[in-house]
Amino acid sequence: MNLNLDFTFLSWNVVSAFVAKGLVFSVQLTLVAMIGGIALGTLIALMRLSGKKWLVLPAAFYVNTLRSIPLVMVILWFFLLIPLLIGRPMGAELSAIVTFTVFEAAYYSEIMRAGIQSVPRGQVYAGYAVGMTYRQTMQLIVLPQAFRNMLPVLLTQTIILFQDTSLVYAIGAYDLLKGFEVAGKNFNRPVETYLVAAVVYFVICFSLSMLVRRLQKKIAIIR
Amino acid sequence: MGKWDWQVFLQDTGGGQTYLEWLMSAWGWTLSVALLALVVALVVGSLVGILRTVPNKALSMFGECWVELFRNVPLLVQIFIWYHVIPSIFLGLQKVPSFLLVVLALGFFTSARVAEQVKAGINALPRGQRYAGLAMGLTLPQTYRYVLLPMAFRIVIPPLTSESMNIIKNSSVAFAVSIAEMTMFAMQAQEETSRGIEIYLAVTGLYFVSAFAINRIALFLEQRVQVPGMIGGGK
Repeated sequence: MNLNLDFTFLSWNVVSAFVAKGLVFSVQLTLVAMIGGIALGTLIALMRLSGKKWLVLPAAFYVNTLRSIPLVMVILWFFLLIPLLIGRPMGAELSAIVTFTVFEAAYYSEIMRAGIQSVPRGQVYAGYAVGMTYRQTMQLIVLPQAFRNMLPVLLTQTIILFQDTSLVYAIGAYDLLKGFEVAGKNFNRPVETYLVAAVVYFVICFSLSMLVRRLQKKIAIIR
Repeated sequence: MGKWDWQVFLQDTGGGQTYLEWLMSAWGWTLSVALLALVVALVVGSLVGILRTVPNKALSMFGECWVELFRNVPLLVQIFIWYHVIPSIFLGLQKVPSFLLVVLALGFFTSARVAEQVKAGINALPRGQRYAGLAMGLTLPQTYRYVLLPMAFRIVIPPLTSESMNIIKNSSVAFAVSIAEMTMFAMQAQEETSRGIEIYLAVTGLYFVSAFAINRIALFLEQRVQVPGMIGGGK
């Protein structure tokens, strides 16, 4: 056992110089990918449930492909392909934001699909019966209920998303983990900084998952 | 972008082997890491999952803490902890090859998920089964061994299948501590050859094949052990 750890170098100045920037990016990436991912994911879920073959097949292909490739590979793919497509290099941070939005949409779409399917069919018929169009029925009746039913699962997925943002390590983007790593390298204290990084991730994710659990109890729909 | 150039795989890496040979050895590393980690995850995860269902506050609390600890820290951070932190605190572990440390990291990370599934499987059984076992005079371990677990494990095969496929995907994170697995290969070969698309396609294809193979094996297993008379069960 060698417990020769020294955390004293982690002063407020060090944290705000190295770590804060990374934390801001990680949170930014999580929020953008969550909002974009849920929007895109809902669209894909509607495509998969549309019953029209030319919509169902591409949507299924999108979801199944992305879900069977490791996220790190997806990150590398986008980092390689986007510059080829737009003809100029793209920063690691921006590339990560695009990648995570597209990637998470596949996972969010599965959640939204389950959510939409959990709404009783009678609700759709009721919408049509009062003269609503498909769009109105979805927008005003089905999606709000689906969203509400699935809110805890969507948020849990977002916590996983937040953890996964650490994988931008593969393309060298400056996220929370990178911030700790740089600080550790600068002060030659990698062991301590990795430990603190683990604790910080744990505290954030654990408290968020506690919140989700409380929310779940609160919003459970009484039928 | 230019045309395809699959001949890149026949080029020499400069180390006396072709890129194809390197890719194959990287695939071997990916499978070894994933399969060994899967064994760790199934053994540890089952134990922790069982602990969470026993009528003993301390034991189920321990299981609870285990799951929360390994579920709320990103895999990459856990791998760094095993690789950088643990050997420098427990000096005896410095001789352990990094391959094994990554196996443990990935295995313990996945064990939290396995434990969740196993717990759900045991709790899905009617409570009467446990009482029936105990009422017949079986001890608690016997009740688990002969009554609860044989059913619970069959119930959790489908979710465990998807965890097994996840472990193949998650093994890609091992690149961060320089394990010579497929993602590491993809990054390095891409840099050396500049034929990123061909390299990435091959690697992605192999990940796909590996996960699909696990899926088929698990399906076979599921059909072999299914309980007659259950929904989705055998004839």
